[in-house]
Amino acid sequence: MGREVLLKIEGLRIEGRAGEGWTEIVKGIDLTLHKGEVLGLIGESGAGKSTVGLAAMGFARDGCRITGGSILFDGIDLRQAPEAERRALRGKRIAYVAQSAAASFNPAHKLIDQYCETPVIHGVMSREQAEKDATDLYRRMQLPDPEGIGFRYPHQVSGGQLQRAMTAMAMACRPDLIIFDEPTTALDVTTQIEVLAAIRDIVRQSGTAAIYITHDLAVVAQAADRIKVLLRGDEVEEAETRQMLDAPREDYTKSLWAVRSFARAEQPPATDAPILSVQNVSAAYGKVPVLDDVSFDIHAGRTIAVVGESGSGKSTAARVITGLLPPSSGTVMFDGKPLPPALKGRTRDQLRQVQMIYQMADTALNPKLKLRELIGRPAQMYLGLQGKALETRIRDLLDLIELDPDTYIDRLPGELSGGQKQRIGIARALAAEPKIIICDEVTSALDQIVQEGILKLLNRLQDEFGLAYMFITHDLATVRAIADDVVVMQRGRVIEQGPKAQMFTPPHEPYTELLLSSVPEMDPDWLTRLLANSRAAMGT
Amino acid sequence: MIALRIALGVGLLFIVSLVIFGATELLPGDLANELLGQSATPETLAALREQLGLNDPAPVRYWNWLTGALTGDFGVSLANGRPISELIGARLGNTVFLALYAAALSVPISLILGILAALWRNSIFDRMANAGALTAISFPEFFVAYILVLWLAQTGLFPSMVRINPTTTFGDRVYMTFLPALTLMLVVTAHMMRMTRAAIINLMASPYIEMARLKGMSPLRIVLRHALPNALAPIINVIALNLAYLITGVVVVEVVFVYPGLGQLMVDAVSNRDIAVVQAVALIFAAAYVALNLLADVLSTITNPRLMHRR
Repeated sequence: MGREVLLKIEGLRIEGRAGEGWTEIVKGIDLTLHKGEVLGLIGESGAGKSTVGLAAMGFARDGCRITGGSILFDGIDLRQAPEAERRALRGKRIAYVAQSAAASFNPAHKLIDQYCETPVIHGVMSREQAEKDATDLYRRMQLPDPEGIGFRYPHQVSGGQLQRAMTAMAMACRPDLIIFDEPTTALDVTTQIEVLAAIRDIVRQSGTAAIYITHDLAVVAQAADRIKVLLRGDEVEEAETRQMLDAPREDYTKSLWAVRSFARAEQPPATDAPILSVQNVSAAYGKVPVLDDVSFDIHAGRTIAVVGESGSGKSTAARVITGLLPPSSGTVMFDGKPLPPALKGRTRDQLRQVQMIYQMADTALNPKLKLRELIGRPAQMYLGLQGKALETRIRDLLDLIELDPDTYIDRLPGELSGGQKQRIGIARALAAEPKIIICDEVTSALDQIVQEGILKLLNRLQDEFGLAYMFITHDLATVRAIADDVVVMQRGRVIEQGPKAQMFTPPHEPYTELLLSSVPEMDPDWLTRLLANSRAAMGT
Repeated sequence: MIALRIALGVGLLFIVSLVIFGATELLPGDLANELLGQSATPETLAALREQLGLNDPAPVRYWNWLTGALTGDFGVSLANGRPISELIGARLGNTVFLALYAAALSVPISLILGILAALWRNSIFDRMANAGALTAISFPEFFVAYILVLWLAQTGLFPSMVRINPTTTFGDRVYMTFLPALTLMLVVTAHMMRMTRAAIINLMASPYIEMARLKGMSPLRIVLRHALPNALAPIINVIALNLAYLITGVVVVEVVFVYPGLGQLMVDAVSNRDIAVVQAVALIFAAAYVALNLLADVLSTITNPRLMHRR
């Protein structure tokens, strides 16, 4: 390339504390970044991406230590430099944008105070200059009300806006390098586009070098010049973005692409009577209306995907069906008969028919109960199984979710991986022998490869037991893979619904169109094209 | 929101007044009988009962007591016939003075120690501060008080008995009350210091603290500017609890230093069976507790932008 090298990492080794001892989590990574260049770091969780990113600032989280290799930033050895010198670089020459801006802004201070802190403390500019500069950067990040937004507290600003404000904050001292650590992962697809575009533009305009960390290849393809793939602390391969997308060398990299290829066999349109029918349901939290005249049907043996951004009412619809939130009007019919609106009014058998699987398997499983109890409880309570019959049933269920009963039956949730925990969530729902299972974002917290395993398992169980799924998600790739019918929701209303094939063929409702077009594609030019299209559309 | 808190506080105080009145009603014995003692004759007893209003039904007596208390009139002492408000007035001032004195010493010290212990956690300083504070809190108050008397009063540095009256100057008061204030400081510092330390350390793993570190901020600035403002609510609450303790719980210290405060008055009243004074002092103590906790709630609300500035 011939450009000047800004950051050179060689043989980087980092250990993390594991119980009594230390285990290596980064195993000799080399990394070279030129001035003004954007490098994408990609891999599953646990690959060491964030750890490497932070090490580029000479920083190791508590419980981690850098044990080997060198980190040279513009000729300064960050491992040897005294802490004061590293501190002088952080924020001023190397800045950081965190995954969750909502958690990374201090709730006690206004945005502008947090913005000005870096340039003023590092002596780059005065408070007045910094405030003026902030307004300018807020405007360039296309934040609404750039003069006023800085004087709000973080909780008064939406997630997507916070993420942009954080990028502006990182730019405050015009650093040479910015580390972006999953900056769009926590955002809705439509918001993700805006943030991604704003980040890309400002990085290009200012000629800042960047390390862009993500697990989403399609996202990183839009922003990075080069991509490096990591797996369990080791480098898998590194190449220019286009080359990496067109011709990945390693099997692991190829498998990352393959994930999105799983798809459930096409089903003919439903003709039977629906097993559950939501009829003109409206609901509110206190005085805040959340659902407005929502109707849809769930058929046995089919999957209905409910999609929409956060706040669109997807999960509230599930709460109404399960009886957790009685609707303010409308009814839920089960098998042709109305279900009592509130949980208290339902019989045990009615409760048994609808089961839930949650997004965060971590918090949805009681950490103090063994798998035997977690799975056995519903079988005991709903079906009255005891003793030997119960034991047999628990073992069958573990077999069903592809976990060996002898190994796992007496384990605690804490001893399982994220994907295994989610499988326990599935087994617990199955134990009640329900007709309907509501899956609330069950794959969102999982890596792509693990996601695929869960989706395949759900699909197999559906074929085996004729289950009906209501699949709540904001991920349209998942919808494409597993749905038979789709319901699109926005601000508590159903915008559009129908069989999957119809939903994915034009013409669409404008909002559906927006959702569909916002799903990043594995094409480095996708974002540029999309933005050009929407600008052209606005021009006409 | 704050108005609701105040209303709840007033309601709570009302319930407490009922409990105080009800509890003294349940005490065995007859007041008039106690007062007259040996000289009781059926006639004098009846006359005294009439004079004290003891023949009225309990709700009427409660109402009279409550309305009186609201206007600062707690009735007369059964022991010596002086108005209770007069007895309490000067002593309440003394008690508040001692409590504020002890708070002025202990709050800054425990905050500073707590912040430094959080800043240098697991260092020698942290361990020494913790060990010292825990040692001080582990000894009973009277023991600490007598040790201080032994060290600081026997050598003539400070007086071991507090002889103050309304004409004592502020400077003399501060000098003479130093030992009881120091005793109380040693007793309450540990609690506040450890809460400060724990509340700050609890936040040090937050993403916004990591962000501050990655912005190149110094450790002291991170603790003071980024962690402390978010740790204020629990700290304020513990300070309020300790202030309430300083007003209501200093009986032993007052007795040791012969300090003319409410605690002593309460002890004397209990031993004299002076029920009216006991009721009045109990009500004042309850009011102090309610008011300080109310203040803590209001301050926690004010220091939390999420509650002060809605979306």
